[in-house]
Amino acid sequence: MARTSRHARDVAVVAFAQSDHRRDTDELSEVEMVMPVLHRVLARTGLKAGEIGFTCSGSSDYLAGRAFSFTMTLDGVGAWPPISESHVEMDGAWALYEAWVKIQTGEADTALVYAYGKSSPGSVRDVMTRQLDPYYLAPLWPDSVALAALQARALIDAGETDERALAAIGARSRTSAETNPHAQLRGPVPQGEYQVAPLRTGDCPPVSDGAAAVILAAGDVARGLCERPAWITGIDHRIEAHGLGLRDLTDSVSTRLAAEQAGVFEGTVDTAELHAPFSSQEVVLRKALRLGDEVDVNPSGGALAAHPVMAAGLIRIGEAAARIHRGESDRAVAHATSGPCLQQNLVAVLEGDRT
Amino acid sequence: MSKEPVAVVGIGQTKHVAARHDVSIAGLVREAAVRALEDAELTWADIDAVVIGKAPDFFEGVMMPELYLADALGAVGKPMLRVHTAGSVGGSTALVAMNLVAARVHRTVLTLAFEKQSESNAMWGLSLPVPFQQPLLAGAGGFFAPHVRAYMRRTGAPDTVGSLVAYKDRRNALKNPYAHLHESDITLEKVQASPMLWDPIRYSETCPSSDGACAMILTDREGAARSPRPPAWVHGGAMRSEPTLFAGKDFVSPQAGKDCAADVYRQAGISDPRREIDAVEMYVPFSWYEPMWLENLGFAAEGEGWKLTEAGVTELDGDLPVNPSGGVLSTNPIGASGMIRFAEAALQVRGQAGEHQIADARRAMGHAYGGGAQFFAMWLVGAEQPTG
Repeated sequence: MARTSRHARDVAVVAFAQSDHRRDTDELSEVEMVMPVLHRVLARTGLKAGEIGFTCSGSSDYLAGRAFSFTMTLDGVGAWPPISESHVEMDGAWALYEAWVKIQTGEADTALVYAYGKSSPGSVRDVMTRQLDPYYLAPLWPDSVALAALQARALIDAGETDERALAAIGARSRTSAETNPHAQLRGPVPQGEYQVAPLRTGDCPPVSDGAAAVILAAGDVARGLCERPAWITGIDHRIEAHGLGLRDLTDSVSTRLAAEQAGVFEGTVDTAELHAPFSSQEVVLRKALRLGDEVDVNPSGGALAAHPVMAAGLIRIGEAAARIHRGESDRAVAHATSGPCLQQNLVAVLEGDRT
Repeated sequence: MSKEPVAVVGIGQTKHVAARHDVSIAGLVREAAVRALEDAELTWADIDAVVIGKAPDFFEGVMMPELYLADALGAVGKPMLRVHTAGSVGGSTALVAMNLVAARVHRTVLTLAFEKQSESNAMWGLSLPVPFQQPLLAGAGGFFAPHVRAYMRRTGAPDTVGSLVAYKDRRNALKNPYAHLHESDITLEKVQASPMLWDPIRYSETCPSSDGACAMILTDREGAARSPRPPAWVHGGAMRSEPTLFAGKDFVSPQAGKDCAADVYRQAGISDPRREIDAVEMYVPFSWYEPMWLENLGFAAEGEGWKLTEAGVTELDGDLPVNPSGGVLSTNPIGASGMIRFAEAALQVRGQAGEHQIADARRAMGHAYGGGAQFFAMWLVGAEQPTG
C-alpha cells in the first residue's frame, strides 16, 4: 500500500447513497426527498443518526424559493437529541470538506454529509443568474447556458475542441449512464437542437431534482464500517475571479491549483468523476487535471445524465468512492464546481487499500 | 492527537447603520476585512483561506454572494467557504474558520460575516409563504413573542425586566463607536412608552435592521507570536442543532443551547461559568432573551435569570456584564450579528474594547443562535494561551 496522507488523520468515504434523479418531484417536499437517502446511507454502515460525530449539509435557498429552507430539511436527519451540525450554502462537496476538516481536528470520528436540490419549482436557468455580480451582471439576466456557450465558443476558437468532439462527450456520458439506475437520462440521447450555439441540448445538463449523502469516518472506525474504504488522501478547493473577462475561459487555473494541493499528480489516476454540467467544461477540466484517454471519465454518466444542483458535486465524490468500495478503482479523482464557467473548483483524491 | 491552539489577532467592523448607500456589498465587506488586516498588521498575501457567512441570500437578493465577493476579499487563488446556519451563522462561520487552523489545514484564515439589509427587506425575506409548513408569522418577532410569554409565565418574572435589558444595551451602545443605534436621549421611561409590536415585545425592545460587516483574522501559535497586539485565544467552541418544531421542544430553554454551552465549558475547563467568565456577548435580538439565555447558558438557575438582570448583575459595572458592546438590540446586520458577538468577546480579552472595556476581562463568551431557536454557536476566548 503506497498511500500517503498529507494530513493528521486518515479519513475515508465509507458509504454513499443517492436518490433517483428526476425532472420533477412535485409530490415530494425536500424533507421527503432527503430522508430515504439519509436512511439508506446510514443503513449501509449500521450507524444511527445519534452516533454520528458531525453532520453537515449543502443546499441553496434560491432553489427552494424561500429563506432558511435547510432548517426544515434538518428534520429529516432526526436531530434529537441535539447534534453537532453545520450547513454550507454551496454544493454538498464543500459540506464534505467542512466535515473532513472537523474530523481532522479530532473532535469527531464520523460525519454525515448530505445535499439536495429541487430545480423543478422554478426556471433554473433564470435562478442561476441571481448568483452573478448584482450591480453589473445580474440585471442583464445572462443565463447559465449562455455563459457556458461563451466558454464553449472560446474553446472552439482556441482550437481545443469542436462541435463533433463535444457531441461525443455528451453521447459517451449518456451511454455510460445506462448502467446507473439513479441517472435521469440513460442510453443514447440525440444531440438535439442548439440551445445557445455552439451548445446543443446534448451538451447541456438536464434539469434535475435529487439528493445525495455520504458518510465519512477516520482510521480504524472507517475500516470497521467498510470493507474497502475510499481514503481521501488529498482534498482542496480554490476560487477565481468572478468576472468572466478576468479569466481565461479555456483553462481552469483553480482546478489545477486544487489538484496540485490535493496531490492528484503524484500518482496514476484510473477514474475521474468530474462535475462538468456542460460537455465543453469536461474539455477544460481534463486539461487542468491532465487526464489522458486511459482514465475512465464519468463512468456514472456525470452531470450530463443527472444534475441535481447542489448535490451534483457531492455525487461525484460519492460515485468515485463507490467504485473504490466495489474494487473497480484504486485511485480516483473527484471534482465539484460552483459559479459561472467553473469559477470555483474542489478536487479530491480517493484511494483504496491495495493488497 | 492535539489541536493547534487558535488565536484571534485581527478584528475589523464597519460602523453599522440603517443603510450604507455609499458602498456596494463588496465595498462593505472589504472595509471590515481591511480593518482586520490593519489590526493584525498583515496583508492579503498572509491570508491562506477565506470563510464567509451571512443569513439568507434573499436578504440582498444575491445567490451565493461569495462568488461575486471573491475578488473584493482577496480570495482569488485561495480556498473560500460559505457558511449559512440562519441567525447563528456569524458564530458558525468563525468556528469553521477556527477549525481550519485547529486542524492545521491552514495557518492564517480571514473570516467575515455581513448583511446589507438595506438592499432588501428582511421582514418579508423571512416571510415567504411555504405550502404545508408553518410560516414565520411576519418576521422573527411574531415567532419569538409566544416563547417570551411562556418564560414570563413559567418564572413569574415581572413585566419590567425586558425594558431594563433594552435600556442597558442601548446605553452600552453609546460607548461603542461601531454600534448602529446611538440613542443619547434614551431613558427607561422612553423604552416602556414605546409601542407594543408583538405583545409583550415593545418597539424599543427589538433589534434594528442594519448594514454592516465584521471580520476576524485567526491564526496559529506562530502567527500569534508575531501579533503586534495581544491575541485572544480560543479556549472552546461548539455548535449544536435541534429541529425547529416538535412536540418535545422547550422553546424557552432549548436543549441544543444547553448542550452547546456545556461542550464549550468542558473544552475550556470551566465549572462555574457565573464566576469564571468575565464578560458575555449574548445574542439578544429581543430584550427578554437576556434572562432566558442567562438560564440556558448556565449563568443562573432555572427561573432565576431575570433576577440577575433586575439586580444589575448584567450591567457594564455588574459582576457579569452582558453585551457591553450594546449587543444585537443596538446593532443587527443579521448575518454578521453572531460574529460581532464572537469578535466583541475577543476584543474584551485583548483589552481593545475601548470605552466599553470591562476591566481585567480574562475570559469572555460569544454566543449566537438562529432559526426557531434551533441552531447554536458559541465560543469562549481568553487572554492566556490555553494549556494542555
